[in-house]
Amino acid sequence: MNKNIILCGVGGQGTILASKLIAAAAMKKDIPVMSAETIGMAQRGGSVFSHVRIGEGICSPMIARGTADLILGFEPGEAVRMLPYLKPDGQVVVSSRAIMPVTATLSGSSYSGDAMTAYLREQVRGLCVVDGERACRRLGSPKVLNILLLGAAVESGALGFTEDELREVIKERLPEKFHEINFRALSYARERKETGQLRA
Amino acid sequence: MHKEFLMGNEAIALGAIAAGINLAAGYPGTPSSEVLETVAKRRPRGTYVEWSVNEKAAMEVAAGAAYAGARVMVTMKQVGLNVASDPLMSLEYIGVKGGMVVLVADDPGPISSQTEQDTRHFAAFSKVPCFDPCSAQEAYEMVQEAFDYSEKYGTPVFLRPTTRVCHGYASVTVKDADEYRVNRPEGFVKDSGRWVIFPRLSLRNHEKIEARNEALSEVFSSYGRNCIYPSGGRGGASGLGTAAGGDGASGLNPSGSIGKKGIAAGGISFTYAMEALKDSPQPARLFKVATPFPFPERLALEFLDGLDEVLCLEELDPVIERELTYLCGKHHLPVRIYGKLTHHVKIAGENSRDSVNRNIADFLGKAAGQEDIAGSLAQSSSQLSFQPSPHPSSQPSLPVRPPVLCAGCPHRASFYAVKTAMKGKKTIFCGDIGCYTLGNAMPLDMVDTCLCMGAGLGIAQGVGRIEPDTCCFAFVGDSTFFASAITGVVNAVYNQANMTLVVLDNSTTAMTGHQPHPGTGRTVMGDVTAKVSIEAVLRGIGVSVVETADPLDLSAAVACVKRVAAEPGVKAILFRSPCIAITKPSGCLHIDQDRCIRCGKCIRELGCPALVTDSGRVCVDASLCTGCGLCAQVCPVKAIGGGDGNE
Repeated sequence: MNKNIILCGVGGQGTILASKLIAAAAMKKDIPVMSAETIGMAQRGGSVFSHVRIGEGICSPMIARGTADLILGFEPGEAVRMLPYLKPDGQVVVSSRAIMPVTATLSGSSYSGDAMTAYLREQVRGLCVVDGERACRRLGSPKVLNILLLGAAVESGALGFTEDELREVIKERLPEKFHEINFRALSYARERKETGQLRA
Repeated sequence: MHKEFLMGNEAIALGAIAAGINLAAGYPGTPSSEVLETVAKRRPRGTYVEWSVNEKAAMEVAAGAAYAGARVMVTMKQVGLNVASDPLMSLEYIGVKGGMVVLVADDPGPISSQTEQDTRHFAAFSKVPCFDPCSAQEAYEMVQEAFDYSEKYGTPVFLRPTTRVCHGYASVTVKDADEYRVNRPEGFVKDSGRWVIFPRLSLRNHEKIEARNEALSEVFSSYGRNCIYPSGGRGGASGLGTAAGGDGASGLNPSGSIGKKGIAAGGISFTYAMEALKDSPQPARLFKVATPFPFPERLALEFLDGLDEVLCLEELDPVIERELTYLCGKHHLPVRIYGKLTHHVKIAGENSRDSVNRNIADFLGKAAGQEDIAGSLAQSSSQLSFQPSPHPSSQPSLPVRPPVLCAGCPHRASFYAVKTAMKGKKTIFCGDIGCYTLGNAMPLDMVDTCLCMGAGLGIAQGVGRIEPDTCCFAFVGDSTFFASAITGVVNAVYNQANMTLVVLDNSTTAMTGHQPHPGTGRTVMGDVTAKVSIEAVLRGIGVSVVETADPLDLSAAVACVKRVAAEPGVKAILFRSPCIAITKPSGCLHIDQDRCIRCGKCIRELGCPALVTDSGRVCVDASLCTGCGLCAQVCPVKAIGGGDGNE
């Protein structure tokens, strides 16, 4: 299996943990993995990304443009920002909830998440838009967005790992008190997918 | 041996532990900080680790331990090396007994730094040998080899990773604990002819160092990590550290017909070149430079032999390019060397997979000597930043997300208090290095200058000498205060300056990941220690007016600033309130929409990311608000409530 995955969002959304879980799932199957992510000043409310590369023969943790199999967008504008990295038939799983930058709030300028999502619909055939806000509300925590998106990626088939494999690494990597809610996030993604209600 | 998924910095730390280090010292700085933290976390019993007060102190502590035969590592970011350069320059003349690796992380981009300085140049300047790893796996192995070279030649050595190596993760094969080397220091042996630097000793040792580095150039030509692909029976891909753990250069056309073109690269750029050549229909000879200083000249000549053109791919300064250009001149070789100096590769900023792909495609795409490649290459290199360029067609404009002070950050309150108190007065606000540099952003706009660690104090004094009617403020964080601001305070007091020092004490080194410092009462090894009091230090120096205030109590903070700033001479305000990342939020504020008059003052004055607008209404983002209560104090109609003590 060879996969190039980009996770992107805004600092504090949990992209780093999600990329660590993907890497752990690969490690568990003894598949080589490399990753790179934003650390430092840019994390403070800025655009953040992780590159995750899985498979044999990789030299560099960085992904070249036009070669990502999957983009996991935690925020629609950030998914659009990383779109040049997607390969022609690649897939995008994105949360529809926009996060307003302070600069936009201050200047009163409009930033519309819907415009971003509409653009993604136009550009990406393999697109799954997740109503992350509704899901997090139902699940009872804004912190499960990352696992929810991983679950949606599992369901879309683009992640290359099964729900059970993700459950295993969640069990190993996260404190026990967080297992239950994250398992529910995975189940939520599966059930809603089955009934066609995951998409926004 | 076993595998772990490690950040490059963690791999370096585990490599140093496997090499049997006895002591590690450093000062935090992105992208280097995780090295020392990991040594502290994973250290075997008996290994000593400290966050020193600054890089100079770390270098000296490590030197002492190395004099006593210990294996030591010093960690810092590239600008930290400027602070540590005084001891290092002399230490190279004295040498070490135990192995000493000076880990300096460079930051192309720069992503989190003031400069794009290149430690490979510092290596040549200080005459200290330099190792330049290209991956986490190579860094893990290289640090162990670096200790061996250091001990064998009695010199400190640099390990110089860059951000993408430091912060890239990989499945790394590492040693088990029972495979670690154990180093038992002999202890310091008195010998004033060896350890006391005098001009006569310096002259003698200078000659030895030059001879040694000439010899090392030859030794490094046989060092397996400097290599030429296709390998032709040489060391080959040893330690390349591909995820596959082997030679990923299948596309390098090992059959032998590699044409007349070559590529020379080092560090992360080498891995980008490997990836590009795997997919390239055009073959090229590839030279990996793992020791930029002393440069492996003999191997470089082997590489250049028979080539017409060489493209150099490296970040920061054109070090490899200059070395190859020099060799061509020295040996009258008819090889054209391209790179930053010839404007074929962009001179500043980070390389990326895409920039290297384009550089290589353009270089290999043209037949040698046919068309001047300069035009096409220069053109393609004009737009090579890591950020992707806008997607074609009707892409809506993307939100701009500069880094901002966190919601609830006490620095916002401190800056706002000073701004409010000094409104209408002629002021200059000299900032410093840390999260609080972000106070420059609108709407606070409270950082007029920022230069380097601790510089704000001196700059405030200098401006005051030329503009005596300006109220000069210097803002400095608690960790920066200890690292490099104290001499500035002494200077101000001694020279009777007129200025206000504002210490932003959030009880941690926040920007680099919340490391402890002398004011926190904790060490990196988890021990409880005496807190050094900033107030006592200031009073001891002779600052007579020192007031402490809680910045989140806005009216008291404003009154404090007004009072203190009106005093003559050198005076200080300590704004004390812990970083929100190390405390539990005190609850979330809410806005009474019936009372809110939608004036937007809270948003306009504070720029807090937790204050957002939703179809004309001002709302609090519950996932971000910490309940600091500053906006509640700013609201003219008391529409904001909840949280801690501000209802």
